[in-house]
This record gives sequence, structure tokens and C-alpha cells, in this order.
Amino acid sequence: MGVSSKLGNLGVVTTTVEQAVNWARTGAMWPLLFGLACCAIEYMSSQASSYDLSRFGMELNRATPRQADLLIVSGRLTRKMAPVVRQLYDQMAEPKWVISMGDCASCGGVYNNYAIVQGVDEIIPVDVYIAGCPPRPEQLLHGILTLHEKVKGERVADWA
Amino acid sequence: MEIPAAIDPVAAARDAFGADILHVKRFRGETTLVVSAMRAPEALDYLRVSPGLVYNMLSDVSAVDYFPEDYGADFDGDECDFRPARFAVSYHILSMLYNRRLRVKAFADEADPRLPTATVVWPAANWLEREIADMMGITFDGHPDQRRLLMPDDWHGHPHRRDYPLGKETVAFSFNEAEIRKHKPFARN
Repeated sequence: MGVSSKLGNLGVVTTTVEQAVNWARTGAMWPLLFGLACCAIEYMSSQASSYDLSRFGMELNRATPRQADLLIVSGRLTRKMAPVVRQLYDQMAEPKWVISMGDCASCGGVYNNYAIVQGVDEIIPVDVYIAGCPPRPEQLLHGILTLHEKVKGERVADWA
Repeated sequence: MEIPAAIDPVAAARDAFGADILHVKRFRGETTLVVSAMRAPEALDYLRVSPGLVYNMLSDVSAVDYFPEDYGADFDGDECDFRPARFAVSYHILSMLYNRRLRVKAFADEADPRLPTATVVWPAANWLEREIADMMGITFDGHPDQRRLLMPDDWHGHPHRRDYPLGKETVAFSFNEAEIRKHKPFARN
């Protein structure tokens, strides 16, 4: 926020388009209603009353990728499921972000075998990785806030 | 209606199939009949419908891979298990009338593992045999639906075979992480 907001006329705030848009984007990020495995249980817990994701503008899960802008890959991704996740990602409208939640989504975790994709970054580009097996809701919150920091740093010049 | 007395499944099967009952094993109260592959469905049907046997429920169909060397001429059933070929398929059947179980086993060769389907006797064998065909690579002749069950349709190989590679990726430590990441297929937008 600009200096002028402190100088007398409090009704006017000066800022940049970048900051305003990024503030709006981080303030109401709509995640896709999508869970893969046990990490999804922690994700649900993060949205329940104790941890309350709606403090960060995320109380609304969209069940359609057309209306979501955040994909949280919560759990191990099987190779059979991989095309589905890629299609969900492709169907999301820009701008969109991806959080890889937990060890399995990030690198395959304990499932170093033929059936599991060894990290969802083989399928879709990932913005934030969250470690843990499964990560506690606090870790997911931290990951989401980390993503917010990343989004706040986006530049007009980089917008497609 | 009078229920006929239970009869010994081994003696009855030997009477009906003779030399096609290749081996019989009794171990800790469990009976295993090894039948020749070609007559396996026929034997299952016989055990299902014959009075005094009535093995009228198929509990499970499972498969075994004895790779690399747990089968062959040495495994003749005298001192060790009877395993003439690499692959075996076990049909676990249950007689709800007499409350007893039986295992019927058939072997399939390594070069071209195939068995006649048991779906002609039990429709319930459909998905069980599809799973075996998918994971173990044993073809069931006459099966009504020969698609893969678990793995994607375009999958190569049969993961439950013992010569299928176990791990997918070298585990990354600090000393080899850069090398692994160099070859990893990362996605782009």
C-alpha cells in the first residue's frame, strides 16, 4: 500500500495492479475438490473447524476444475490415475497452481514401485511441495501460505 | 429330502479322472488336488455337481510363480512340493453343504502359460481370472472378457511375476540426487 494512505485522506489507497491482483488471488484461492489417499484426510481435517482453512479464503472447494485455481495432489498417484489428474489440470482455467501434498505425491514416497508415479512433477508442474507422511494440517497450511507468498511475487510481465 | 453322506473327494476324483489327477497332497487338514491343465474345468464341475461332494462355492482363484528355480523335475512331490511347471493356478472351493474345503491346482508352462477358463463352471471366476491374466500373464482360453483388470490397458509386462523389476527409481540421496534429477522426465505446462 502506498504512502498516500497514511496522509490525511484515508479513503484512497494507491497500489500497483500487480499487488492488487495478487492480493485478490491469494485472498480467495479456490481449491479443487479432489483427494487421492490418506493425505486427503489431513486435507479434510485442515478444512474442519480446528484448523479452519477458511481463515485464508479457502473454505470453498469447487467440484469442477473449470472453477478451481488450486490443485492439491493429496496422496500417491497411481499410473492408472495419472492421465485423469493431467486432464483435471488441463481443464483448470489460468491462473492455476499445484501443491504436491505429502511424500508420495512429491517423490513416490515409500511406494518405489511400478504402480506409482515417482513424483507428480512427472505429470504436472508443481509450485509447492509439502513433506510429511502424511503432513499435518499445520504443514498444509504452511504450504498454502508459502504458495501465497509465491503468488504475491508474480509479475505483470509474466502473466500470459 | 435326505442329504447323501459325504464321500472322499480324492477317491472320487481318482475314480473319475484317473491319471489326470497328477498329485494329491494333504497337509495340516488341507487337501490339494493337482489336476492336468486341460481337464481342470471338467474336474471342478465334477466336484461341484457330484452327490456327496457338492463343492458349490468358489472362494478364490489365485496364481503362483515358482521362478527362478522352485519348480522342475526335482519337485516330484515325494520329499518336497509337486511343481512340474513354473506357473500354478489354485482354485479354492468350498462345500457349503458339508462345510469343507478343497484346493484344486493346475500348472502352466513357462513358454506359453495358458489354461482353460473356469468361467464355464463358475461365472464368479471372471474377474479373478482377469486379475491373474493381468498380473501373472496366464492366458485363460475361452474367457469371455480378456481385458486387463487392474493395470492400464497399454501396460507392458505382468507385475506379479517374480522376474518383474521391483523398484521403479533409484532412491535419491545427496550424493546421487543430481544424477537422478538429470534423467527424470519433469512435466511442463
